[in-house]
Amino acid sequence: MLWEVDIYPAEGQTDLAAARLAAEAAELELAEDLQARVAHGYLIEGRLSRADAERVAGELLSDSVIERTVVGRPGDAALSESPGGRMQLVHVLPKPGVMDPVAQSALGAIADLGIEATAVRTFRKLWLGNLAPERLDRLCAKLLANESIEQVVVGPLAIDRLELGSPYAFQLKHVPLAALDDDALLRLSRQGQLYLSLDEMRTVQAHFRDLAREPTDVELETIAQTWSEHCSHKTLAGRIRYRDENGEKLFENMLKETIFAATAEIRRGLAADDWCVSVFKDNAGVIRFDDRHHVVFKVETHNHPSALEPYGGANTGVGGVIRDPLGTGLGAKPVCNTDVFCFAPPDTPAEDVPAGALHPKRVMKGVVAGVRDYGNRMGIPTVNGAVFFDPRYMGNPLVYCGNVGLLPVDKAEKQPQPGDYVVAVGGRTGRDGIHGATFSSAELTSDSETISGGAVQIGNAITEKMLLDVILAARDRGLYHAITDCGAGGFSSAVGEMGAEIGAEVWLDRVPLKYEGLSYCEIWISEAQERMVLAVPPARWEEFAALCQSEAVEATVIGRFVPTGRLVLLYHDQQVADLGMDFLHDGRPPVVREAVYAAPQENAIAPAVSQPPLSFTDNLLAILGSWNVASKEWIIRQYDHEVQGGSVIKPLVGVANDGPSDAAVLRPVLDSRRGIVLACGMNPRYADFDTYHMAASAIDEAVRNCVAVGADPRRIAILDNFCWGDCQKPETLGSLVRAALACHDVAIEWGTPFISGKDSLNNEFRFQAADGTQQSIAVPPTLLISALGQVDDVARCISMDLKEPGNFLYQVGLTKDELGGSHFALVTGRPGGRVPRVDTALARRVFASLHAAIAAGLVRACHDMSEGGLAVTAAEMAFAGGLGARIELANAPTDIEAAKGDAAAHAHATAALLFSESNTRFLCEVRPDAVARFEALVAGVPHASVGQVVGGNWLEIVAAGPDAPVIAAELSTLKNAWQSPLRWK
Amino acid sequence: MAQPRALILRAPGTNCDVETAHAFGRAGAAPQTLHVNRALENPRLFDEYQIFCVPGGFSYGDDIAAGRIFGNQIRHHLAERLHAFREQGKLILGICNGFQVLAKSGVLFDDADVRAGSRPPATLAWNASGKFEDRWVRLVVEGSRCVFFRGIESMYLPVAHAEGQFIARDRETLASLAARGQIALRYAAMDDARQPTDRYPDNPNGSMAAVAGVCDATGRVCGLMPHPERHIDRTQHPRWTRGEGTDEGEGLRVFKNAVEYFR
Repeated sequence: MLWEVDIYPAEGQTDLAAARLAAEAAELELAEDLQARVAHGYLIEGRLSRADAERVAGELLSDSVIERTVVGRPGDAALSESPGGRMQLVHVLPKPGVMDPVAQSALGAIADLGIEATAVRTFRKLWLGNLAPERLDRLCAKLLANESIEQVVVGPLAIDRLELGSPYAFQLKHVPLAALDDDALLRLSRQGQLYLSLDEMRTVQAHFRDLAREPTDVELETIAQTWSEHCSHKTLAGRIRYRDENGEKLFENMLKETIFAATAEIRRGLAADDWCVSVFKDNAGVIRFDDRHHVVFKVETHNHPSALEPYGGANTGVGGVIRDPLGTGLGAKPVCNTDVFCFAPPDTPAEDVPAGALHPKRVMKGVVAGVRDYGNRMGIPTVNGAVFFDPRYMGNPLVYCGNVGLLPVDKAEKQPQPGDYVVAVGGRTGRDGIHGATFSSAELTSDSETISGGAVQIGNAITEKMLLDVILAARDRGLYHAITDCGAGGFSSAVGEMGAEIGAEVWLDRVPLKYEGLSYCEIWISEAQERMVLAVPPARWEEFAALCQSEAVEATVIGRFVPTGRLVLLYHDQQVADLGMDFLHDGRPPVVREAVYAAPQENAIAPAVSQPPLSFTDNLLAILGSWNVASKEWIIRQYDHEVQGGSVIKPLVGVANDGPSDAAVLRPVLDSRRGIVLACGMNPRYADFDTYHMAASAIDEAVRNCVAVGADPRRIAILDNFCWGDCQKPETLGSLVRAALACHDVAIEWGTPFISGKDSLNNEFRFQAADGTQQSIAVPPTLLISALGQVDDVARCISMDLKEPGNFLYQVGLTKDELGGSHFALVTGRPGGRVPRVDTALARRVFASLHAAIAAGLVRACHDMSEGGLAVTAAEMAFAGGLGARIELANAPTDIEAAKGDAAAHAHATAALLFSESNTRFLCEVRPDAVARFEALVAGVPHASVGQVVGGNWLEIVAAGPDAPVIAAELSTLKNAWQSPLRWK
Repeated sequence: MAQPRALILRAPGTNCDVETAHAFGRAGAAPQTLHVNRALENPRLFDEYQIFCVPGGFSYGDDIAAGRIFGNQIRHHLAERLHAFREQGKLILGICNGFQVLAKSGVLFDDADVRAGSRPPATLAWNASGKFEDRWVRLVVEGSRCVFFRGIESMYLPVAHAEGQFIARDRETLASLAARGQIALRYAAMDDARQPTDRYPDNPNGSMAAVAGVCDATGRVCGLMPHPERHIDRTQHPRWTRGEGTDEGEGLRVFKNAVEYFR
């Protein structure tokens, strides 16, 4: 028997969902004045009488204080009674098999009432009025449903059963390779979604020729997963011939010779004081924290899934990266999240969105909601992030998700032992995410959705939270030898990696399934979320199983590590795969790529206005209100950034709790005063000039953000995440290698090691334009640097908001004429200019001197100078502190010289002093009684008092000479300009 | 009694259990955290504790509605035990999701009329803003009935929730709750800590009569949306770098009151 329960807001209650729907329809230009009524509902299948169904509706599914219900069998007239006159009825349901967490929970809770239900599905019921019939399809496609995971039913639901799946009849499949020519091999690679190169396909072909047999489907899939870009990073860890203006360089393993090499050199230099524990090896980088704990850090990307289904893509991105620290060593406890996004501008006109791409505002809202719902439910504070906007992220948004974990020092090593059980823990396996790993190696096209819908998933955070709870308990009881997450590639990657040194046998028929009908191959490569794989010694299995059962977490023995050096898969005792671990992990032919870099010609930037009187107030307001600089409070407040109780410096600071903090500080151990510092740096705009300086600037920004709140610059670890376009193009790969060279140079100079990283190399969106031509948008080279710093005593940390009138403002660091790629150039439409560089030797001294001053308690406020330069920095500090400031540019430390009497040169120099984005600069607030000691500590680096905190509510900046202030604005005007772009409901 | 024992009960999705136990410990209690399945297997374990706390989080994902599934488990399997717990003069506290759980379990409000088939006195609905929000709020304590707020006039604490809008069944119910001193905590204006407010965001979720926390008729059972366990140290105050806040934080007093009640 199938029952439908519709739940409406009760008479007199606000229909929040309807109001939001109407607003969004108007915003996306889909309907001007949509009238809507929204219900949510449940389909319940099982042996339920009407009385049972009504009891479930009343006692469990609805809240009688604020809601009313309609209960019936699908098709009953009562369910089709419009709540508001003539309206069109539309239902939106998750497609069969798509994760439906609420339905899962409801099923359990119905059983708890003593009522027998066998399946539940949720849906949304939308009544739409004042909508022209011909606009319905577009509204459904653009707003109501995402067809990669949801289905739309127009009119009443006509459905008679929910049960999914049908029995699977085993049939072993071989894939004939031996006779295929090159074209056929490539066709197979593409059509089978293996995404292997011709060279790789030939190697596989030769391997099986030697064995005198054809591979099975699951063998081929296993090879494709293991050799995928996502799992093996074959391009960056491969051979690259790189050429630039300095000549040619041959890399055997590019990452190893640049980024890893820098870390190795730093560690050698530190010798006995080395604070790195495990780098580029485990699922996350591991460094020392205190006597009892290490901290671990990993940042991943989830770009392609987020392009197709922003909510689910971001949701599972967070879920996935949390499992990295949890799968590091013997399992780290996640203590905070960081999330960085890149989108096309949210105000892009609807007609400028190409076919196959979602509107960027819809992408952004979905991504934020996905991160929010997963992070908040996991109870992990999301404390740091950034959002960057550029039209080139259209169709290919970037979603970086990071997680920091706390790992007991005696739990840093893992080693599966021969004889250990292979144990799957957590969520069940379904058809979710099949081909996710190989899919991320392909570029997105306007019909990616139809090819790869299976790669899109929704997460269930509570399943992962339950998993986390039992794993940490099992870790502390020493119940397993090794753990890893089941991410891209599913069991194929997890078991394949864990057993690489030993060998493993897996019994695929034992894997718990969500529904019947999965083939052995689907079971093996499914990327269903919320699963981990453990190596449990048989002697501890009983205790481990009991622990899991006590918290209702499913754990199943699915195989055994056996010392054969082979990966053997069985399905009901029939062998379906037998691969040598050596071929799987070392058999891939090396990828050899060409890479070239030619720096674009440096052009002078168009001069600033030269007509006196100079005024840059409007430019400042425009920069404050530009998407990248504008307040992200709308996002930040939707994240729980204080759960776990360790929050010290929050993402929003200042007198009204709304100023932009440089970095987050938290105490991961509640009975200790020691803190961790989280920050990031990224500036894809500089990549248009030179990716070397872009990368160096990103590192500088990440490190200076940490230093600005009080982190010790000698103890900052960093992560690299490269998101680039198609690296088969030598120019694209060349721009990446150049960035990696900067990473190498800067890291060594500062003793700032990279400890982990990840790349995503095919971020291009291909589509058919209105004129019928094939077009492609590549993302700008986007390197995210994430930094993890440390402080001995969090009480020494400082924030960026101005504190007291009368204090002096010091600029520390040198301003140069570096307006290229700046936000001043952006808002005034000026191409050209010189892009900011990093003087690494000077920077090292600046960081050290400033840190000494902060550690000595001499700095009341400090803000890093980045997008928008001195002017934006001063404005943000002033309105965050609710205190006016007066700045004199004549005193600013600079190497810019303007000839006396040259009005144009003076105007340009003034613009540069205000808005240049030169690296390694800080604006510091210092009390009069601390000035002498402060100056002594920063004596060796460029610094100068550039102004003062004053009473009142104005920011005033004056230039050299007799001019009136070049910037004068009320704090409320500045703050409003900064807050208004993203002041969304 | 020297040191009261506090039971912090967690369910799948509970996530403020560690810092809540830490706060009880700092206040002088002996906290222990247990999974709800242990209590369902052995309801007698409540006998070993003097304080019962349901901490914050997203029990069962807040699927269906915040606190509903955990609340139903309590209603159907532990109601009698908790009724006895209260009658023994012991204390029950629900924070954030714990408030939602207690409100929906029948433990917090007199449930006689619900059993008779009518609607419960009040509920916690979606925030009027329609979204989850993390922000600090000013709170004013009303009356002296609630054990947990004794001696406190006002507090500055964070809220972090999506479903915290207090809605009473009707005006009469609201008036009678107020008359019995059960409306123990209200959102106050940022610029006047004594003044309950309907103004967003000082009232962060649109709660009726600015209700942030309530207690039962005995004053020993309390639920509140703000998180006192997130303000037990100076460095948790959002403006501690400006010299604001106190070493202990303003939330610790809530836990100390619970401990002192047994002294």
